[in-house]
Amino acid sequence: MSHFLDRLTFFKKNIASYSNGHGVVSNEDRSWENAYRNRWQQDKVVRSTHGVNCTGSCSWKIFVKNGLITWEIQQTDYPRTRPDLPNHEPRGCPRGASYSWYVYSAQRVKYPLIRGRLMEMWREARETMDPVAAWKSISQDPEKARRYKSVRGQGGFVRAKWDEVTEMIAASNVFTIKEFGPDRIYGFSPIPAMSMVSYAAGSRYMSLIGGVCGSFYDWYCDLPPSSPQVWGEQTDVPESADWYNSTYLMVWGSNVPQTRTPDAHFYTEVRYKGTKTVAVSSDFGEMVKFGDIWLAPRQGTDAALALAMGHVILSEFHNKSKSQYFDTYCRQYNDMPMLVMLKAHEDKLIADRYLRASDLTGHMGQDNNPEWKTVVYDENTGYLVAPNGSIGFRWGQSGAWNLEMRDGYSNKEVKPQLSLLSNHDEIVEVAMPYFGGDDHNDLLVRNMPVKLISVGGKDVYVATVYDLTLANYGVDRGLGGPNVPESYDDDVPYTPAWAEKHCGVPRADIITVAREFADNADKTLGKSMVILGAALNHWYHNDMIYRGIMNLLMMCGCIGQSGGGWAHYVGQEKLRPQTGWAPLAFGLDWHRPPRQMNSTSFFYAHTSQWRHEKLAASEILSPTANKNLGDYRLIDFNVRAERMGWLPSAPQLETNPLDITRAADAAGIDPVKYAVEQIKSGALKFSCEDPDNPKNFPRNLFVWRSNLLGSSGKGHEYFLKYLLGTQNAVLGPDLGELGEAKPKEVVWHDKGAEGKLDLLVTLDFRMSTTCLYSDIVLPSATWYEKDDLNTSDMHPFIHPLSEAVQPLWESKSDWEIYKTIAKKFSELAATHLGTQKDLVLTPLMHDTPSELGQSLGVRDWKNGEVDPIPGKTMPTMTVVTRDYGDTYKKFTALGPLMTKVGNGGKGISWNTEVEVQQLAELNYTVTEEGISKGMPRIESAIDACEVVLMLAPETNGHVAVKAWEALSKITGRDHTHLASSREDDKIRFRDIQVQPRKIISSPTWSGLESEHVSYNACFTNVHELIPWRTLTGRQQFYQDHQWMLDFGEGLCVYKPPVDTKTIAPLLGKKPNGHHELVLNWITPHQKWGIHSTYTDNLRMLTLSRGGPHVWVSEIEAKQAGLVDNDWVEVFNVNGTLTARVVVSQRVPKGMCLMYHAQEKIVNVPGAEVSGFRGGIHNSVTRTITKPTHMIGGYAQLAYGFNYYGTVGSNRDEYVIVRKMKKVDWMEGPLVER
Amino acid sequence: MSYSQTFLFGIYPYIALTVFLLGSLIRFDREQYTWKSDSSQLLRRGQLRLGSNLFHVGVLFLFFGHFFGMLTPHFVYEPFISAGAKQVLAMVSGGTAGVLAFAGLSLLLHRRLTEPRIRATSKFSDILVLLLLWLQLLLGLATIPLSAQHLDGSMMIRLAEWAQRIVTFRGDAVELLASAGWVFKTHLFLGMTIFLVFPFTRLVHVWSGFAATTYAVRAWQLVRPRG
Repeated sequence: MSHFLDRLTFFKKNIASYSNGHGVVSNEDRSWENAYRNRWQQDKVVRSTHGVNCTGSCSWKIFVKNGLITWEIQQTDYPRTRPDLPNHEPRGCPRGASYSWYVYSAQRVKYPLIRGRLMEMWREARETMDPVAAWKSISQDPEKARRYKSVRGQGGFVRAKWDEVTEMIAASNVFTIKEFGPDRIYGFSPIPAMSMVSYAAGSRYMSLIGGVCGSFYDWYCDLPPSSPQVWGEQTDVPESADWYNSTYLMVWGSNVPQTRTPDAHFYTEVRYKGTKTVAVSSDFGEMVKFGDIWLAPRQGTDAALALAMGHVILSEFHNKSKSQYFDTYCRQYNDMPMLVMLKAHEDKLIADRYLRASDLTGHMGQDNNPEWKTVVYDENTGYLVAPNGSIGFRWGQSGAWNLEMRDGYSNKEVKPQLSLLSNHDEIVEVAMPYFGGDDHNDLLVRNMPVKLISVGGKDVYVATVYDLTLANYGVDRGLGGPNVPESYDDDVPYTPAWAEKHCGVPRADIITVAREFADNADKTLGKSMVILGAALNHWYHNDMIYRGIMNLLMMCGCIGQSGGGWAHYVGQEKLRPQTGWAPLAFGLDWHRPPRQMNSTSFFYAHTSQWRHEKLAASEILSPTANKNLGDYRLIDFNVRAERMGWLPSAPQLETNPLDITRAADAAGIDPVKYAVEQIKSGALKFSCEDPDNPKNFPRNLFVWRSNLLGSSGKGHEYFLKYLLGTQNAVLGPDLGELGEAKPKEVVWHDKGAEGKLDLLVTLDFRMSTTCLYSDIVLPSATWYEKDDLNTSDMHPFIHPLSEAVQPLWESKSDWEIYKTIAKKFSELAATHLGTQKDLVLTPLMHDTPSELGQSLGVRDWKNGEVDPIPGKTMPTMTVVTRDYGDTYKKFTALGPLMTKVGNGGKGISWNTEVEVQQLAELNYTVTEEGISKGMPRIESAIDACEVVLMLAPETNGHVAVKAWEALSKITGRDHTHLASSREDDKIRFRDIQVQPRKIISSPTWSGLESEHVSYNACFTNVHELIPWRTLTGRQQFYQDHQWMLDFGEGLCVYKPPVDTKTIAPLLGKKPNGHHELVLNWITPHQKWGIHSTYTDNLRMLTLSRGGPHVWVSEIEAKQAGLVDNDWVEVFNVNGTLTARVVVSQRVPKGMCLMYHAQEKIVNVPGAEVSGFRGGIHNSVTRTITKPTHMIGGYAQLAYGFNYYGTVGSNRDEYVIVRKMKKVDWMEGPLVER
Repeated sequence: MSYSQTFLFGIYPYIALTVFLLGSLIRFDREQYTWKSDSSQLLRRGQLRLGSNLFHVGVLFLFFGHFFGMLTPHFVYEPFISAGAKQVLAMVSGGTAGVLAFAGLSLLLHRRLTEPRIRATSKFSDILVLLLLWLQLLLGLATIPLSAQHLDGSMMIRLAEWAQRIVTFRGDAVELLASAGWVFKTHLFLGMTIFLVFPFTRLVHVWSGFAATTYAVRAWQLVRPRG
């Protein structure tokens, strides 16, 4: 009744005592305990996750109390794994556990914001003009444009109404489409897997209006180009549970406990089973302490280590005493038996391209694509045969694209011959390029066995890839000749002694690990695994490091075997229901094809990083390459790649594509034919040929779910200078000022264009660096305020994001924001644009027939070497009709092409009429009059989720069976048994809100979702005999494209980091009296930020240094007079940043380590060198593109969105680190400079 | 006696005491989650250990000194100590404790006003309480030189008699203060005011502090029956 009165029970309170009065039985009131019960009582508990780039896809309970999100804890109700495996849960990490703080924090963007100066001009213009005219009057007036562009990033936002901001955005889009073309509108958003519908919202809008979606995986340098090169596969990796099936586990440059926290337990658990673990890392990363052995190569030299391991394995398990298992595996699954032609180079022989059926008499009986069918010797008969499975069998015929060991002509069984050693015609000297330095010749000549055959009447030597590989690794085969070591202690490429010199790992350790690795694989049939990550993949020559490791796995038969293989976890891109999601995301239900662009080339061109490119092609070319190539700049290769249809373009052509079709119509010519003629004559130009011409500027940029400028934007200061036109710290001169050779294919303007972008719109829930530089910031819903889908490659479940509370303040979900923009856009577009015909250029796409582009050599139509043929020697061109006024209606309904054309992916397609009908019943249909009447509605984000789930084979068993049937037709083998046990399963959004659900096996992926094996990449290639999507249909040790050979990457070689030349112009030139250290710049994923939350999270700041910090070694700190927590400036010609220094034994000499994505929004003082506030980790980087990544139209080397293309590498960079003399916080009013 | 004197020293004490007792009771019954000392230790540790300890040692001594000194009837201690000696004892010991408490409270007050984190989280009442106590200590110390002018203990006895009459509900209490100086009167008034605001501030933790002394005689282990 009363707390006080109830206590007045002096005589009744204690009712008994025990233990001689030490204990008393008391009647005391217990109601205070309700405080603790109340602590765990909620209004509701909702399942959601964090839509971040770790895509840990961890299940969390989100607690709502009194209408507020109070906190989150880990869910523990995942479906169980198999009895012999530990479970996946509990998943989550400290970053995720602190996320609820963010929802109500001061960093939250609560209202739409506009740059103040822009708002003033807009309101003034709108008094007299309609929105489109108003936008023109501001953005096209140089003085007005400068007024708002020059203060980007300097504060000055004002609050706006949704109506007003969406009107400005729509007006800007309409004007841009009308004046310059729809391909001047660019959308950047990463990793759909982290919130598929949010991604799809923006990409659907871009695609419907003809804008461009930019890739991210390659730009982040998380895409390993080696994977498509070797396997034709973007990236496919084992789920983390499969680590537990491994019996020899190497963790190489991937800090699993720190960056894969929810999965790291499998790494520790497997050790209790007896598995040996080897950690390979330059620094003492957290994963090192779990390693039985620690190998510490100097950063960037891992390829040397991998090659030496390969040398040991090939010597001991292939050459001297053969492993039966390796032999069988290599014959069937590797390109090792394939024949390669040798050609003369000066006085030597060098490896050229694969021998093709078309090279031989009668095309070996192959009428279909003989130039795309590779050839082996049959060991049984001694005849040359073109075996099943090469890419020529994939297109234009059916039933023979499989890995059965059969002759593709007679269907007889064959036994491909690995080595010609036993029955060679001759032993010849073959020269191989060497890039390791001056310690050896740049061409290494080695003896190897060859056959002599007749090709087109000429005698040609052919060798197997197997023999080439052994020669390349320097294995002594008893053939004598130069460059063959007598023992591992000889310094000959690529022996352990040689590697010790280059990477610093003792040769004995290399030999031990290599031997154990191969011995284990031999005994367990492939259960040796390598987990690898960003510490290897972020280097310029990442593909050499990766191929070095892949080769180990392939030569030991580990790929496609449970517990074995290649486990690359960097910027996860495992969008499991991909084929169901793609129509929604790219508007394929209304228009095909969409416009997509590789962002690395886009940003390289439009942030003018190419104007500062100091890496000359001659520095990276093979000594055997055509000497003319040495005169090209890197951007020249990109331009050639674009016009030959290898890489996409954005913007595409200098003329507005809407004007091109109008002109063609006026001339009465088919627009495609018209465009080809105009291009050929030179009247119509590719935009890439003149990025500084205002006609070719990207005009509008949308950024959502991304922190482009605060995190992933390599060459940050170049973004600020050229793309945004605002204050920046670019410290170095461009090629013109340096007096260096200018690009051949690109128009040079002495002054680079600045402030190209008219409008930068960012959608975010936090005031990120990107928001600070934007013109418009739109408040988006957080991960606890929206409905969405999320998947990961780390586990096989599909997981929801759920709306625990409605979007707070004036925020909206991404889906609702783009819907709102689409509505406003439709209103303005109906009058200003109406119906338009758009000419869309698409490169020769991977997994389509056009991947069979130029088979036997590179011919450029511009040089008159070949005719410009769309889809063959230049980009495919398609006319797409857009009813701009109907954009909103199209956005919110599932369009007719899903019924008319169907759906598919990765080269197969199936009918979706049933699914569309079921969606109509599930989501109901549009009742309004108009273009979308009667079609399934996609009104809410949940409707959109249902579209994905219904159409995807991974979440709809019927579709899975249909998809496997479609693949079975091509391979001639029945694969439907892989999904038939789950044919009736249909996963719905509400199902996954109840519990994450295991997805269904589909041919989109190379592994299986099964009750018998864990998901492992390439499992179906090995066990279902589905070919790899490469030229040979096998895993490729060899790359025979002309450009690959020109850059010396036909076979895997060691290439040390490139020289970025960013130090000399500044070293000692701007002294402040303190010692200057020159260190390699390493930017790994961090512990206190990304991967579930952000650095500016109060808790993460409290746990770390409370602001930006860099790590240096004790020895170098001493040299430079640095003590822990000192302020330092880090700079080079690219820019500068300020941070505190962490002095640690963890870091080896020679490197400075800065966890990435520490933004310039908390505790960043002014920089002494620039006089401006310090920058971010990317202020001192500049991306450098690699020509081999530009190859296209060549089987697996064909462009795919986020699949192949240039990557934004950044680890070859060096910086100057110096103690700051004066820490200036630059506080005070903003002054214009 | 003027009405104002009657009100301030004859009626106001009852108002203050009533509010103090009833207010504490109501707050304890209705607002249990607000019954706390509101420590600011998490926000800043500096000045707290010294300031708080000095203050609490001093103020507890003063509290008990006043409590027993004023409410113990004269005849009880007369056989043992003369009024004059008792006054000197009170001046010396109270003065010492007063200086300790004053120094401690000055530290705490400075800390509360100058540390931005504490200032920002302070309620009006948090600052008011410190100011009242600080003033009260100052006034208390100021009575010492006044008392030193007449060491016979007569003033002390009059003040004690006043307090005893108040708590025994005798109407003639006010007259005893006729000759008291303004310092004494202000000190008395502020003292009563502190009782008045007590239930509305963090001072309620004083009750809990006293209640916590029962731990000293509690059994080692307490268990409760089911149901």
